[in-house]
Amino acid sequence: MTIAIIDYGAGNVKSIEFALQRLGYKSILTSDADVIKVADRVIFPGVGEASSAMRMLENTGLNTLIPQLKQPVLGICLGMQLMCDYCEEGNTKGLGIFDVDVIKFHTKLKVPQVGWNTIHNLKTDLFQGIDEESYMYLVHSYYVPKHKNSIASSNYGLEYSVALHKNNFYGVQFHPEKSGKVGEQILKNFIEISI
Amino acid sequence: MLTKRIIPCLDIKNGRTVKGVNFVELRDAGDPVELAKIYAENYADELVFLDISATEERRKTLAQLVEEIAKHINIPFTVGGGISSVEDVALLLKSGADKVSINSAAVKNPQLISEVAKRFGSQCVVVAIDAKQIDGNWKVHLVGGKQPTEIDLFEWAKKVQDLGAGEILFTSMDNDGTKAGFANEALARLSDELHIPIIASGGAGNVKHFEDTFILGKADAALAASVFHFKEIDIQDLKRELQSKGISIRI
Repeated sequence: MTIAIIDYGAGNVKSIEFALQRLGYKSILTSDADVIKVADRVIFPGVGEASSAMRMLENTGLNTLIPQLKQPVLGICLGMQLMCDYCEEGNTKGLGIFDVDVIKFHTKLKVPQVGWNTIHNLKTDLFQGIDEESYMYLVHSYYVPKHKNSIASSNYGLEYSVALHKNNFYGVQFHPEKSGKVGEQILKNFIEISI
Repeated sequence: MLTKRIIPCLDIKNGRTVKGVNFVELRDAGDPVELAKIYAENYADELVFLDISATEERRKTLAQLVEEIAKHINIPFTVGGGISSVEDVALLLKSGADKVSINSAAVKNPQLISEVAKRFGSQCVVVAIDAKQIDGNWKVHLVGGKQPTEIDLFEWAKKVQDLGAGEILFTSMDNDGTKAGFANEALARLSDELHIPIIASGGAGNVKHFEDTFILGKADAALAASVFHFKEIDIQDLKRELQSKGISIRI
C-alpha cells in the first residue's frame, strides 16, 4: 500500500503523515506527478487561502493531474474546497470534480468557525463504524452548501455539506488528522475503502 | 452545534514543562509530550505550548519538540513564545504545529500578522494580548505583562482582526493567577465588537468560572494552566458539569 500526500506548499502536511503513522501506515509527501499517479491512495490536503493554493497547484501542473486520478482520493479542508467548481474566496476556479460552489458563511455566528462540531447524515464506507453526531475539528470561513454529492452534514447557522463523494473522489471539510480517535478511524476507513 | 473549547496551557523551557504538575500517572512530569497525551485523552479540545526559554538554541529545540508533539497528539495545538518573524512561523508549522501565537512581536511590528496570515492563512494565526486596567482603561502590556503600553485593548484587538488574525487569546493580567474568575466584562465586549473567536485566559479557579466566562464573557474557548496541572479541576468532570448547565461542549 502506497499512500501519497500531495505536498504543494499549502499547509500542515506533517500532521497527516503522523496520523497515518499512528495508524501503522507509511506515506510519501510528494509533488511528483509520477509518484502520485501510481499511489494506491492519494490525500490532497490544504490550509490557507484558496486562490494562492490554486496557483501553487497550477505551477506544478497538479491541477490537471488530480481530476484524472483513478485511485481513491481524499481532499481535506481546503483540498476538498478546491475539488469543487468554484471558490468564492479569492474568486477561484476550482478543479471541477464536485459540481458545486464554495461560499462564505453569512451568519451572526463567529467567522471563521473554529473548533469541534458534530456531523450527521453519514453515508458511504468512509463513515463505517462512525457514530452519528460525532465531534470533528473544523476551521473554515467558506462552506459547501447541501448538495447531491454530500455524504455528511453539519450545522453552523445553517445545514451544510461537511463531506462529499463522487466516484473515486472523497472530500472532508473537517480535519480527521486532528479529530482524536474518531478522526483517525475515518482516515483508516479511507485507506481501507474499495472502489 | 459548535462547542466551547477547553484549552490547557503548558509552559515549556528548553524542551521541558516548567510548572510543577501533579499527575501521579506520569512517568516523567517534565515531558510535554506525555502530559499532552493525557490531556488529549481526557478530552481537552486543544493545547497551547508556551515556550519561555531564552537560550540561543531555543528555535531548534522548540522545533524538535513540536515535531514530537505532532507525532503523538491527535488534537490541534498552538505554539507561542518569542515568535518574531515569518521564518519562525514557517519552521514551527513545518514541524507540525497547527497554529502559532504571536504576542509582543505583533505590537512592535503589526505587519507580521498580515504577512503570516497571507502566507499560511488566518486559521493558524492566534494573536495573544496581555492587558490590564490602568485608571479603568484596558491597556495592552508587553513582555509577559511587565511592560505597559498606551495601546487600548479593544482598538488593538480590532486592528489585529483586520490584519488577518484568526483568533485572539486575551489574558487579563488583573485576573491571571488570582483564581477568582476570568475578566468577563472585557471578554464580552471583545466578543461583541469582533467576529473572530476569543479565547479567555487568566483567573480560572473553579468550574463556575468556566461557566461564567462562556455565558457572561461570551468566550469561545477558555485556557487555563495550574488548575489542570495540579488536578484541582479534572477536564472530563469540568466538561460534564458545563454540559449539565446547557453549555455546548464535546464529551
